[in-house]
Amino acid sequence: MSTAVPTHEHEHGAHEHGATPDEPGAHAHPSDLQYIVIGLILAGLTAIEVGLYYLKGGAITNAALLLFMALKFLIVVGFFMHLRFDSPIFRRLFAMGLCMAIAVYTVVLLMFGFLNFK
Amino acid sequence: MTDLAEPPTAVPAGGGEGLLHAPTHETSTGVSNAKLAMWAFLGSECLLFGALIATYVLYRHRAVLGPTPRELYDIPFTSVSSFVLLMSSLSMVLALAAIQRGDMRRMRVWLVTTALLGATFISGQIYEFTTFVHEGMTIKTNVSSGAFYVLTGFHGVHVTLGIIMLLSMVGLSLRGKLTPGQHEVVEIGGLYWHFVDIVWIIIFTIVYLIK
Repeated sequence: MSTAVPTHEHEHGAHEHGATPDEPGAHAHPSDLQYIVIGLILAGLTAIEVGLYYLKGGAITNAALLLFMALKFLIVVGFFMHLRFDSPIFRRLFAMGLCMAIAVYTVVLLMFGFLNFK
Repeated sequence: MTDLAEPPTAVPAGGGEGLLHAPTHETSTGVSNAKLAMWAFLGSECLLFGALIATYVLYRHRAVLGPTPRELYDIPFTSVSSFVLLMSSLSMVLALAAIQRGDMRRMRVWLVTTALLGATFISGQIYEFTTFVHEGMTIKTNVSSGAFYVLTGFHGVHVTLGIIMLLSMVGLSLRGKLTPGQHEVVEIGGLYWHFVDIVWIIIFTIVYLIK
């Protein structure tokens, strides 16, 4: 198709980092320095997780590990994948798949794991 | 012919003519079709990896014959691998930031860095698998080992495909077929790479760390 619609190539190609993207509901992205700080936070969280592994805490340690996992997940999805800044439609689409997966496999684990169905 | 005074939702976005062409037409959602498709794909990938993780969780304690994965894990080694993959996500997002600024040279540097970090992770996984096999745990040893190899192996294949994709982008850029105007190509590749990273965040915690 070669319709005479302007391509927005200038805005896409040359907009300064941190400028507002042109998708509906989108916001400015973090700067390089902010990305590095986020990377360091993720590295720190991983170090804490590994430290927790060596503690003999049982259920509390496992709960803390799951909490840190969820935190790291949200940081990567929100900041590195820009879900926090992009159009809400992407968030909804991804959340749909994620929630479906969590619901389906929680039921599977309950049935065949804890309830021991054959 | 499209009217330029369309409502703000009608934003030109890359789509029908392929990712490597400049965005040329509008979409009904106001967002890029290619990006929307990638998010839909990633949503479906959640179900794939969810199945594999649930299978591992179900079978982790059901091994009749040993050794089981849990007896052989080398947590310090896997922690370093996890750190490497996490840092590859950082370099990926810096590559995207570089192309959005129009800095193609730096974008290539970050993309190659990401690919190298990914390759380091895969090398670590190959080393881990080899060690496990030498210790007597193959995919057929027990249900626990089978579930472990399928889960981590599938993830490894995803990382390998991501490395190929990253190197393809570097090649296209060197041949002048990837320009700052097409930064969405890098963004979509980045989404896939970050997804592979978040899957590993879950695998590392559930498979390796939780006792």
